[in-house]
Amino acid sequence: MAEETKLKKVVEAKEAKAEKAAKLADPVGASIDIATQEMIRRAQELGVETVFDRAEAMKPCNIGIQGTCCKNCAMGPCRLPLTKSADGPDDRKGLCGATANTIAARNFARMVAAGASAHSDHGRGVAEVFMSVAKKETNDYKIKDPQKLIAIAPNFGVATTVEVDGKTVDRDLDEIALEVAEKALNEWGKSSGNLEYLKRAPAPLYERWKKLGVLPRNIDRETVEIMHRTHMGVDQDYKNLVKQCTRCALADGWGGSMIATDLQDVLFGTPYPLQSEANLGIMKEDHVNIIIHGHEPILSEMIVASAQSKEMIDYAKTKGAKGIQLGGICCTGNEILQRHGVPPAGTYLQQELAIITGACDAMVVDVQCIFQNLANVAKCFHTKLITTHPIAKMEQDNAIHIEFDEHHAMEDAKRIVTMAIDNFTNRRVEVMIPRHKATQIAGFSVESIKYHLGGTFRGDYYTLNDNIINGRIRGIAGVVGCNNARTRHNEAHIAIVKELIKNDVIVLTTGCNGIACAMEGLLTPETAAVYCGPGLAEVCETVGIPPVLHLGSCVDNSRILLAATEVVKAGGLGKDICDLPAAGSAPEWMSEKAISIGHYFVTSGVYTVFGLHLPMSGAPVFQNYMYNELEKIYGGMWDCEADPIKHAHKMIAHIDKKRKALGIDKGRERVLMDMADRQKLESA
Amino acid sequence: MSRLVAFAAIQGGYNIVSKVEGKYKKALATYNADTKVGFPNTAYYLPVIYSLLGMKVETLEDMKKPLDFARGLLPPHVKGAHHLPYLGPLLDAGMAALLAFEIEEALRYLEQPDFYLHSEDIDEASGKIWLGAADDTVFRKRGVEFVDGSAPGFAAIVGAAPSPEIAKMIVEEYQKRSLYIFLAANQNGTTVSQQLLEAGVQIGWNTRIVPFGPDISSAIFALGFANRAAMAFGGIKPGDYKKMLLYNKNRIFAFVNALGDVNAEWAAAAAGCVNWGFPTLADTDIPEILPTGICTYEHVVANVKHEDMVQKSVEVRGLKVTVSKIDIPCAFGPAYEGERVRGADLYCQCGGGKTQCTELVKMAEMSEIEDGKVIVDGPDIKDVKPGGTFSLGIYVQVAGREFQSDFEPILERQIHHLVNYIQGVMHIGQRDISWVRISKAAVEKGFSLKDIGVVLHAKYHQDFGKILDKVQVTLFTKKEDVDKITARARAEYKTRDERVEKMTDEAEEIFYSCTLCQSFAPNHVCTVSPERTGLCGAYNWMDCKASYEINPTGPNQPIEKGECLDTVLGQFKGVNEFVKKASRGAVERYNLYSLVIDPMTTCGCCECIAATLPTCNGVMTVNRDYAGETPCGMKFTTLAGVMGGGASSPGFVGHSKYNITQKKFIKGDGGLERMVWMPKILKEEIKDRLIARGQEMGISNFYDMIADETIGITEEEILPFLQEKGHPALSLPPIIGG
Repeated sequence: MAEETKLKKVVEAKEAKAEKAAKLADPVGASIDIATQEMIRRAQELGVETVFDRAEAMKPCNIGIQGTCCKNCAMGPCRLPLTKSADGPDDRKGLCGATANTIAARNFARMVAAGASAHSDHGRGVAEVFMSVAKKETNDYKIKDPQKLIAIAPNFGVATTVEVDGKTVDRDLDEIALEVAEKALNEWGKSSGNLEYLKRAPAPLYERWKKLGVLPRNIDRETVEIMHRTHMGVDQDYKNLVKQCTRCALADGWGGSMIATDLQDVLFGTPYPLQSEANLGIMKEDHVNIIIHGHEPILSEMIVASAQSKEMIDYAKTKGAKGIQLGGICCTGNEILQRHGVPPAGTYLQQELAIITGACDAMVVDVQCIFQNLANVAKCFHTKLITTHPIAKMEQDNAIHIEFDEHHAMEDAKRIVTMAIDNFTNRRVEVMIPRHKATQIAGFSVESIKYHLGGTFRGDYYTLNDNIINGRIRGIAGVVGCNNARTRHNEAHIAIVKELIKNDVIVLTTGCNGIACAMEGLLTPETAAVYCGPGLAEVCETVGIPPVLHLGSCVDNSRILLAATEVVKAGGLGKDICDLPAAGSAPEWMSEKAISIGHYFVTSGVYTVFGLHLPMSGAPVFQNYMYNELEKIYGGMWDCEADPIKHAHKMIAHIDKKRKALGIDKGRERVLMDMADRQKLESA
Repeated sequence: MSRLVAFAAIQGGYNIVSKVEGKYKKALATYNADTKVGFPNTAYYLPVIYSLLGMKVETLEDMKKPLDFARGLLPPHVKGAHHLPYLGPLLDAGMAALLAFEIEEALRYLEQPDFYLHSEDIDEASGKIWLGAADDTVFRKRGVEFVDGSAPGFAAIVGAAPSPEIAKMIVEEYQKRSLYIFLAANQNGTTVSQQLLEAGVQIGWNTRIVPFGPDISSAIFALGFANRAAMAFGGIKPGDYKKMLLYNKNRIFAFVNALGDVNAEWAAAAAGCVNWGFPTLADTDIPEILPTGICTYEHVVANVKHEDMVQKSVEVRGLKVTVSKIDIPCAFGPAYEGERVRGADLYCQCGGGKTQCTELVKMAEMSEIEDGKVIVDGPDIKDVKPGGTFSLGIYVQVAGREFQSDFEPILERQIHHLVNYIQGVMHIGQRDISWVRISKAAVEKGFSLKDIGVVLHAKYHQDFGKILDKVQVTLFTKKEDVDKITARARAEYKTRDERVEKMTDEAEEIFYSCTLCQSFAPNHVCTVSPERTGLCGAYNWMDCKASYEINPTGPNQPIEKGECLDTVLGQFKGVNEFVKKASRGAVERYNLYSLVIDPMTTCGCCECIAATLPTCNGVMTVNRDYAGETPCGMKFTTLAGVMGGGASSPGFVGHSKYNITQKKFIKGDGGLERMVWMPKILKEEIKDRLIARGQEMGISNFYDMIADETIGITEEEILPFLQEKGHPALSLPPIIGG
């Protein structure tokens, strides 16, 4: 009897566990987006597990979330959770004696290193392609925007003119390209000096970095040094660790990412505003659907070219399809959106759902933010999951690896597109594509914003500044970053952006925030009249822009740095980025790249608020250093606020603080000038 | 809704560019490609195209490039829903339209050479009321008024008012505020220009009401005027469009008034003007663009009531203008200065050779006079028969703790323009050769001689309040009194002239700087010494001194001349230090008496420019009123373009007409004896002083030795003349390298 009872209990426990494991996400609770909700339901109907379900089943580690678990040596992992009774001295330490501050700072530093590596490797890849173009080793890529090349060359110290017989003439473009390629690639590993692009920052900011000794030496070295310093028993002073984080993060924002953006523009064109759509509803049942996911535009550019070729479209027709529909996910999606108007099919959290439509004939991935579970989902459908990057493969056997090589770029792209077309006839389950999609205006860049603020002749960021000074626009926010399945999909993104624009704060967006805003219709000019405060609405109406400007992928956060620099240069709003009435936000962050981005914004002078949590709550002294003391050093600082409305208002409060410091917190008076006033004008 | 404006303006841009392309094609079919095109007497080609794009349009063929550029600027049309940003495209479309307008107008000059009257005045009798492009002479003369602030800006009015009365009301309000009024375009065939003529308003450059043309394209002449000012006075280089447009935004206070229905072409033109920072105010219900940025304040303001138009316009442009509130029955302001009283309008007059008319300002004791008292001693206007004449002695007594007798001539000189400022009253001459003509219109309004006193009292207090406390004016009209005051005045003039003649640079320790024109020419600094009057001709040393007393932080600052580093060339340590500082290091030193070695900087507002003539071993000078060629190979306007804007250009120097006969004039280069060529009009203008100065130099027939354009306009043409006359320059040491 006792045996029987025992057995029964075991069985019951097993059943309970199984039930728990099968716990499913509530579609409405999981996302604010109706298309996403529909697809979660569809997945659950089909018995296909998604990230939303897994988030229900598995909770995050309570100590890791505080940033105080150290697994950097085999004496650990040492776990230092914050004790509930905070009385008395904090004497928590690991076996080696590492304090909670050291552990949290080391973990933070490694996140910076990982994030910076991701962006910088991306940049290196672009620089290498650019080098092969400069050397004329490839026919598939060309310099599409020579003006941009000429514009960036001086930043590498590359001359754009030459003296011929005492006359200054334009230098040969191929020569410029080759020298820029050499100088650019050199940035990853040069043995002396500092990164060339740092001097693009406002002069006071550069001087501050110099004074603090945080000018990055080369891109790779700063990451290596973080890995060294965070090795067991090296740097055990959180302040000194943060200093190295700064060097590494700046090497990302003002180095790897910025070079990536610039050279991508040179190769593929600088984005100019264009109309597109967003969300899963862009997929078409009667078309071959190819979803491109990941981060680099090198391959996707070729896939776009190939998929738009008559040859491929005709081939698709022979298979009974009406055409080829491309869709993007994550930042590869943003890259081809910005330059070609290819619509994003969704954000990071919608990657599995695109396959679950049953209409995804191929999903092509490169690097970063790719769920390994895609292979499991693809297995339930006909979808070909194609990995393309030598550094990013998958263990599942249904993942097909077609390694992409820039020397045979078009050939590789054709092979992939052909595979997708061939797969069109293999669709198995009933296709269910949500009807939902929204129109968006994307394609903003530092250059195109400048143009649209006054045209060929008067294009200048001063137009923006003037409206900030006169109070129509309260300030500028950069809202960027990922999705995170630990919070309701897109909820914080949208709530924060709406709250900001309601309070007349113009928003610059990149990454998945950009896609989220597009799906919500916030990237249309018409949205201004609906959601914006009266001042911002009026400016949007005048310029014809949406209140949220999509600047591209996550390496394109470098565009936000340069836009901020342009605003400083245009005058009237202080001398440095930290003087601007501006703030940054990553509402639903999840990746280590977000930490690197956050840190380069903070150390470039931007108050930066993250959503959810930050892995420093277990080390209050370190946290205080990051949230408060950094402001005195860099002019910017970290903060964290999970509640979207409070989150937005923390940013607005900072913007107001800066407005006050600039003396523009009161309404501007109309100054009527007489002759004496005009005589006082400084010389032009 | 800005979108609607963008939609219309971009449409307008396409229409205009296409239309002009058509006209251009037709012209090419009619004329040779190398046919000369352009506006009359200008060194700035088609000035908007030249200033913004740096392209010199001289022939029909040259028009292709800017026209292609305009076509290239045209942006895509604005879609209804989910449109792309349109502010940049809108401004580009506007600019395309304006560039096309300039070509259209140049084609009109080619095809209908008599369409515009090349004059400052209209010829109403023969129906020639359109003046077209301002030539460089007009633009320089008028441009100076923008520089010195006597014209605070301009209103470009397009279309027509609902009635001539409303047109007159608006224009007169601008005149009272001293603005220029540029008129273009028509509304269903009616124009403000015609409405003003109908309402009996004098139009033309002299009354600051300029009828450019009957079509919207003629509005381009206003922008050509503004851009030439930026090049000539602001030193902005052609092709530097960014600086050019910002200069206009910050310093040229202009705006557009659109009267009547705004069509797509007008919308394009208005959008184009926004590039300059010139906003548009309309009397109709058009979409508004209120946020700031490209313009200083609003860009488009609609539904402005006619009675509010003027006030609202200056406010939107951010312009402060004061209306002189002077209690006389006639309107008053600088805009009336150039107004004529013609024979048919004349009621009565004094002076002008018919009777005596004399002016005298004298210092008085504080207790001696009563402030504001105006006495008319003798018959007044009402006692004069229509067409009659009378004698007049204007005797002004001034008292003040800060007043000095040196200021008397300065105040006296004001009488000319202040009396001219009265609408319907014309004043010519000065001192004892004055001439006052009073119109029927003024008399109808109730004008009395007392009003002259009222004006002088009020304006003296307004402009010179710092140095005077009391002003009393007596107007003598009885012949015997006038003769008496005239005799006294002549004695005064003599004493004064002698005092000024005797003043030397050596005797005065303080010189004055003049940066009055820095509102326009921000890098230029004049040094005014007793023997080197300001190059604009408006300010001598005494004026600067008074100006400094009146406004100690103003544009005229004392310079301690300090040690004299070179007595011949006129270089002073203190002057050098001041100039270096005021030019922010751009100019380290200059000489007051030389044009060959480190001459003084020159701004675009100089009266004359002297240049070396190596073959003749001398110098020439040319005044801005002379539009012809000169022996140095450049017209005045080209010279001013080359060296204006605050540059020190060895071989050239700007100077005033008066300076020519001052003793220190280019003393370092050999003095006036170097002068071998002058335009006839200039020579005649200063004939008496030239002869006197020649005698002083010991050359009795020096006046006759100076060549002019009747002798020749090249060095080769005038050299034989100089040799024949035995001109002293030929025997001086070589002017260059000597």
